[in-house]
Amino acid sequence: MLETGLIFRALMRNKIGALLIALQIALTLAIMVNAIFMIQDRNQQMSRASGLDEANTFYLTNTIFGDNYNKQVNLQTDLHAIRNTPGIVDAIQINAIPLSGGGWSMSLQHEPGDDKDTIGSALYMVDEHGINSLGVELIAGQNFTAQDIQWRESGSTKWPPKTIITQAFAEQLYPDNWRSAIGKTFYISQTQPMQIIGVMKALQAPWNGWSGVERSMLVPFHMDSKNSRYFIRTEPGRRDEMMPIIEKLLAESNKERIIRRVSTVEETRQRSYQRHNATNKILMTVIITLTLITGFGIVGLAIFSINRRTKQIGTRRALGATQWQIMRYFMMENLLISTVGVVIGSIGAVALNYWLVKTFNLSPISVELVLFGVIALFVVGQLAVLYPARRAAMIPPATATRTI
Amino acid sequence: MFNYYIKIAWISILRHWGLSLLMVCAIGLGIGATMTTITVNYLMSANPIPHKSEQLYYVQLDSWDVNDPFDEGQNPPDQMTYTDSTNLMKAKKAFRQNVQAQAFAVIEPSDPDILPLIVDGRANSTDFFAMFDVPFIYGGAWSASADENKEQVVVLNKETNDKLFGGENSVGQSIKIDGNMFSIVGVIDHWQPKPRFYDITTGAFNESEDIFVPFSLIAEEKIGRSGNTNCWKPSGDGFQAFLNSECIWTQFWVELKTPQEKQSYMTFLNAYVEEQKQYGRFERPLDNRLNTVTEWLEVQEVVADDAKMMLAMALMFLIVCLLNTVGLLLAKFLGKAPEIGLRQALGASKSTLFYQYMIESACIGLAGGLLGLFLAYLGLQGIEALYGEYMQGLATLDLNMMVLAVTLSLLATLIAGIYPTWRACKVQPAHQLKCQ
Repeated sequence: MLETGLIFRALMRNKIGALLIALQIALTLAIMVNAIFMIQDRNQQMSRASGLDEANTFYLTNTIFGDNYNKQVNLQTDLHAIRNTPGIVDAIQINAIPLSGGGWSMSLQHEPGDDKDTIGSALYMVDEHGINSLGVELIAGQNFTAQDIQWRESGSTKWPPKTIITQAFAEQLYPDNWRSAIGKTFYISQTQPMQIIGVMKALQAPWNGWSGVERSMLVPFHMDSKNSRYFIRTEPGRRDEMMPIIEKLLAESNKERIIRRVSTVEETRQRSYQRHNATNKILMTVIITLTLITGFGIVGLAIFSINRRTKQIGTRRALGATQWQIMRYFMMENLLISTVGVVIGSIGAVALNYWLVKTFNLSPISVELVLFGVIALFVVGQLAVLYPARRAAMIPPATATRTI
Repeated sequence: MFNYYIKIAWISILRHWGLSLLMVCAIGLGIGATMTTITVNYLMSANPIPHKSEQLYYVQLDSWDVNDPFDEGQNPPDQMTYTDSTNLMKAKKAFRQNVQAQAFAVIEPSDPDILPLIVDGRANSTDFFAMFDVPFIYGGAWSASADENKEQVVVLNKETNDKLFGGENSVGQSIKIDGNMFSIVGVIDHWQPKPRFYDITTGAFNESEDIFVPFSLIAEEKIGRSGNTNCWKPSGDGFQAFLNSECIWTQFWVELKTPQEKQSYMTFLNAYVEEQKQYGRFERPLDNRLNTVTEWLEVQEVVADDAKMMLAMALMFLIVCLLNTVGLLLAKFLGKAPEIGLRQALGASKSTLFYQYMIESACIGLAGGLLGLFLAYLGLQGIEALYGEYMQGLATLDLNMMVLAVTLSLLATLIAGIYPTWRACKVQPAHQLKCQ
């Protein structure tokens, strides 16, 4: 370019000042790229589907304290009453709620025995209404029938002979063809056989940070428990209206229990990812303030260097330089400094990412993201220098003559 | 002279108010971000029981699967089987010992109009209260014989006592818990260690419990247990089989006064495991551990990764802000070259100039530090609002942190000011005066 050499020589007279800006740009780039990456990573985790009909489902806890409470009979009465309430699609008793953080997992294996390789899966105890109540999609095989449902005494270690698993789990068990999972048998509790009768599209485990979050299975059980959860699906859009109705219905039908913790699946998702959301917002604030600080730093230094060079600028104008040429000078100067900054910054971004990968088990960043950061900082630099450069261009040629 | 320098600094700061404001803001933001994250890290890693933390030990025994070690072999199981904790309890080899698990209960008030109350409970031994310095308002811990005889006694916390008895002394009264009558032996004052070190398996920053009952009542099925249960070996049917299983769900703490006591307790534990090996248990190599409170919090990584990462980010953020300040100070001081030349010509020595410009930097640092303190306060409020319960009580500035904020800010600006000041002092008076 025209004056690049000239600008470069002028810059070398104030190396430290230029280097300070370049270093700022470099650090900003390194932090910005990694922060954006972490935000994207979390957003991606949060966008995974739970498999549930989240908008139209809620659940509650039924806590029994009376001595004369017949659990088996009352469970049937409760479920019958809920299912027959207008506005309700279906309801089940369940042991855990996806994404809630608390649940049950079991190790499963292809061969029986106590020294075989195992794979863990979350476990949901439901009846034949499970598929419909949860709103999950059965993509192969079949659902449980009423005859499959067993009564599980608390503390029992016996498992029923049938199960329905998620597609992700089937793919892991039978990597060649997940459809072949139907009818296959695996072993639970080391020796008890279980046959896969169905595969559902998706149903997340209760733990969002677990690497096996997509692996879960349905087991046909009704539970003998003093604390059990009812999971209820309503007709579209009627959830909020139905929640108090069902709570009242259950609370009034039997006084030997407490109905509590009535909450929606959407609330559970929000609670589950609260820390993700919070961290994202903080990272976003960091990116914005950091960019602002760097931007204003550039403005401040540019104004200062222009003030110091008022006479030189006046002289150049007097010698015939146009306003645009003066502006171009300062914008080119900024471009040169920014280039040095983003080169160092790109290396810094990768180095920082390397450290994050090692310390916090993050995945490595993509080249596109670094490129995006580089472009963003060039733009920020040019925008920041625009106002000082315009001020420089406005300096009248006459100033050059005044103070000499 | 000092006052005079402050006056000059003040004039100079006002004269270039835009630049000064920019510097104060940059430092303020940097300090604010750093202090916010430092505070969270500091409170997360706080020692919850400083005067005793080196005498309380969490006991771990490696009773896990010989084929598939717990935690990939890095640590023994984080809880203990019922069999082992009751055996260690019976042995009574430590100065104090406590076996505990999380419990869960429904209190039915005698007044039928008041709704039943769901409470979080802790099932523990009597030594729990003395070991962890739990403060009592009324009554006290139950006796050791209450543990052995499985007596139905309960200690309430202040909040529960307020709800049930309007805050009056309820010792001697009875309440119905899960259908059984329990007599109240004590009421504790508000007690919330942060982190809740005595049980971090169910969340290190959870609230302390509403009621405390003897651990031995769990085996009697008088109280329901909750919390985490981890099993590796299938067990038989029924509750008794569960108690005898290799499932881990109890926690065991001991208080040992001297290193010698610790040594002999370790010897005892090793001998115990060797003895159990004869019954076909403990097939893994000997790996018993005694961790003090601080060690245990560290092993369990109570300080969240998020918090550490934020701290690293904030420190880099501070560096950017300081680079910014160095640049701006440099510009400002160099712009004063004519003035510096004049003062030197009038007899000011380099050291007086140096002193004066450092004071100017310090003034900016102080202002930045105060702004930073305010921003850190806002930042912590924001963190508490964003993270909710998880950060409850972890986001407060104490005096230590305030002093640190201002010191850090002053120190940082002084360091940032050294190079610009040094450059300013190198100004050649003759050269400057010529151009005037």
